[in-house]
Amino acid sequence: MTKKNTYTGEFYQRDRSMHPPAYAEIYKTSVPRSPKQALISIENSLSEITGPKFGHNDLGELDNDLIKNYAQTGDAIGERIIVHGRVLDENGRPVPNTLVEIWQANAGGRYRHKKDMYLAPIDPNFGGCGRTITDEDGYYFFRTVKPGAYPWRNWVNSWRPAHIHVSVFGTAFAQRLITQLYFEGDPLIKKCAIVNTIPDQDAIDGLIAPLDMNAGVPLDCLAYKFDIVLRGRRSTLFENRLEGN
Amino acid sequence: MPQNLNYLRETASQTAGPYVHIGLAPGAAGFKLFEKELGQDMAGPYANGERITITGRVLDGTGSPVRDVLLETWQANAAGIYAHEEDPRHSEVEKGFSGWGRVISDFDSGEFVIKTIKPGATPGRNGATQAPHINLWIVARGINVGLNTRIYFEEDSNAHASDQIINLIEQLHRRDTLLAKKTGENTYHFDVVLQGENETVFFDV
Ligand SMILES: [Fe+2]
Repeated sequence: MTKKNTYTGEFYQRDRSMHPPAYAEIYKTSVPRSPKQALISIENSLSEITGPKFGHNDLGELDNDLIKNYAQTGDAIGERIIVHGRVLDENGRPVPNTLVEIWQANAGGRYRHKKDMYLAPIDPNFGGCGRTITDEDGYYFFRTVKPGAYPWRNWVNSWRPAHIHVSVFGTAFAQRLITQLYFEGDPLIKKCAIVNTIPDQDAIDGLIAPLDMNAGVPLDCLAYKFDIVLRGRRSTLFENRLEGN
Repeated sequence: MPQNLNYLRETASQTAGPYVHIGLAPGAAGFKLFEKELGQDMAGPYANGERITITGRVLDGTGSPVRDVLLETWQANAAGIYAHEEDPRHSEVEKGFSGWGRVISDFDSGEFVIKTIKPGATPGRNGATQAPHINLWIVARGINVGLNTRIYFEEDSNAHASDQIINLIEQLHRRDTLLAKKTGENTYHFDVVLQGENETVFFDV
């Protein structure tokens, strides 16, 4: 692959073996919400290789700082962390200027959401959402607090490992992805029904952010690294044009 | 062992969960944080074409509405142009038209409302034309990988007969699951059925 190679062709087909199946018995809510018919595979047209674009005008200054972006009387409570990494595609190339959105529970495991009734208290200084746009190298970062584990109704004693929900766009609607970030060393990961919907251990490992001491700020906060890989595209060096062959 | 191909693997999807609104529509979660919530105005003030409203619900396999769903739409303008640099005609798109929207279902009724303009026909593959459609991406608690489908419009039946995507659907009656039904002047109804009888056709795009 030379530098001249331009990846503007179709997207590689999605490797479904990496992803959870729609129907996963252990995750009970998926049972009535999973299509039973096979997905119909379609080749890319303009409808799939295009997608929304966002600019810095869409964002506010503190949007990627969850410690400050809802602060009323002081910083959010909890273990201060930086979450950072790159958005790449399957060709290993950075995905620049793409929107990354996150949301999470507070340090006690409680979401600021009118439907969350968990007994852990709301933190008056923590909203729980953030967003940013990757730079030219596909790099992004957030500052936040480490979310707490929380119980949920699946089995009677089901707990979610600490996690951050992550939404990424890429450059095309075909790349749209929502996932969850977990933290290295959390014993609840192995027990989680939602994690275990993923049939592939490497794919699960790909959702676990390692502690990154180098990226933390001494005497201030720790850091975790989380790279995100979106679908890659074919090069258009040879054939495979979307129109006109 | 042969050489390594050196491709990365796509990050695995996980459900958006019940609190997806916090991140993607915090106003609906009950608080204001962002100056500007994204995806609220997909057409903008200057877009040409017919202003339409599509209402519907996402139904689960028991027929019950999914009340914590989030839908994203992606469409061309009335002239069939996507607001994206890979559309050769993208510079002709009206100022303020993004073509992308985000809506959630009502927490009680499960109803969602999409306000947009009716898209025009877009280029298909190999010189073909695709019937007007809105690309839809659906996430919710219990949906492990976002579901892709399309909204077509029932009055365009002539264009549907030659639409490459519709023609891939072997069972003819299933094609109807992609049709928004006209309910009045400029209004349509479109339900998504996740599972069971009349299950909506979903695509691996
Ligand atoms: Fe969560």
